[in-house]
Amino acid sequence: MNFWETPVGWTILTVAHILAVTVVLLLTIAFIIYGDRKIFAGVQARKGPNVVGPFGLLQSFADLGKFLIKELVIPAGADKAVYLLAPLISVTLALGAWAVMPIAPGWMVSDINVGILYLFAVSSMGVYGIIMGGWASNSKYPFLGSLRSAAQMVSYEVSIGFVIITVILIAGSMNLTTITDAQAGWFINWNMFGGSKEGTLNNLPLILIMFPMGVIFFISGLAETNRPPFDLPEAESELVAGYAVEYGSTPYMLFYLAETANIVLMSGLMAVLFLGGWHAPWPEGYLASWPAWLASLHGLVFYAGKTFFVFFMNAMVRSIVPRYRYDQLMRLGWKVFLPTSLVAVFAVSGWLVYTGLPG
Amino acid sequence: MLNRIGQALKGAALMDFVGAFGLGMKYMVAPKKTVQYPHERGPQSPRFRGEHALRRYPNGEERCIACKLCEAICPAQAITIEAEPRADGSRRTTRYDIDMVKCIYCGPCQEACPVDAIVEGPNTEFAVETREELYYDKARLLDNGDRWEREIAKNLELDAPYR
Repeated sequence: MNFWETPVGWTILTVAHILAVTVVLLLTIAFIIYGDRKIFAGVQARKGPNVVGPFGLLQSFADLGKFLIKELVIPAGADKAVYLLAPLISVTLALGAWAVMPIAPGWMVSDINVGILYLFAVSSMGVYGIIMGGWASNSKYPFLGSLRSAAQMVSYEVSIGFVIITVILIAGSMNLTTITDAQAGWFINWNMFGGSKEGTLNNLPLILIMFPMGVIFFISGLAETNRPPFDLPEAESELVAGYAVEYGSTPYMLFYLAETANIVLMSGLMAVLFLGGWHAPWPEGYLASWPAWLASLHGLVFYAGKTFFVFFMNAMVRSIVPRYRYDQLMRLGWKVFLPTSLVAVFAVSGWLVYTGLPG
Repeated sequence: MLNRIGQALKGAALMDFVGAFGLGMKYMVAPKKTVQYPHERGPQSPRFRGEHALRRYPNGEERCIACKLCEAICPAQAITIEAEPRADGSRRTTRYDIDMVKCIYCGPCQEACPVDAIVEGPNTEFAVETREELYYDKARLLDNGDRWEREIAKNLELDAPYR
């Protein structure tokens, strides 16, 4: 029996795998925050961070140092245990969701059958961190911010759920690897463009439904991660910083980290569900003769590229779209996205029944 | 009605976002407007009213003749002057204090001065750590004048045609 298949070996291997994913993810987040600030500055014709390190690349690490050495002030009226637990819950859930993310062929911590359900469950629970933080602060603005956040996340999870159902229907599976592999072939086989099987165009008419679904997923993802133009939970012009008002030092950094991790998660999920995940936008027959690790690296490059592309769009939206009013946000979620995605689920199901179910 | 449908279609097609995206990209590749302050500075008018200075004539004699016009005109009453005749009989100040905390940097003191003695120079970087350091006395002001004479003289010359 191979050592790596014994319980001890398996544990060591899994822990190493988790560490590798977490470390790379945290590094990515550091540079994603830097990139976000650079894009935000670029649109405003500013230079952005450019002092720490070459081109300011080390800015996030300087910020980390600043957050870590700041004094932690806990408000006198706060519920201490919940107050300190809230950011931990946020960041744990945000990082834990990456366990099932198919980063490259064979490169995921856990390839579970209901990966997408797991992701959905974990990202839904992210709202608890924010609600607990807002409530435990025992202050008006954080409380208002967390209430807004709860309502907003619940509203947009509904439409995200229906959008994901259309993808599950087309791929015929809840396993993220299967969903990714169902999109192999040319870019026209991606779910964003109908999700036809490799080598065919059997689902091409679905592009009329799936392209808007992709856009709805993207916009709902913005709302889900409290990103501008839907950053009402922390609306700095009304609620100062929303649920984070009473936070400072490391707990605040953890909230910030969780938020960014969720943004990257949503970008990665968009890449997996709609943009073909690790598959290149052309047929990958040539990979058969490559060694496995090189093929995985090939996949990683495309997965990361797509994730960064979605994140770039995310950052551009943040830079150029003014914030929604709260009633507009609710109207968009319940009166536009929900009916649209509901109709889309029916239309996709009808089309699949008419042309023959996948799998 | 048609108008509203058109508006809804435009919204659904994300026309506003597409337009704004183009505009955003245009500004992203455009030259940056950032001025990296301690290393780069923005342009400054010759009329800029910064830190005060008491000037001297080229032979080293101080210009101020203790006429007290600046003290009289100062709207914030930040200037305090005491004067008596010097040994050679000329009228000079024995005390010339400006409370830089009271001063509103409005400029009538340099307008009132008949001999261009008190001027507001181009310096803006005189932040200090205590309030007391901002109570300028005559020695400090004369020292400022010596230090900034070149810039002040140039600014006065540039502004002279408009006076």
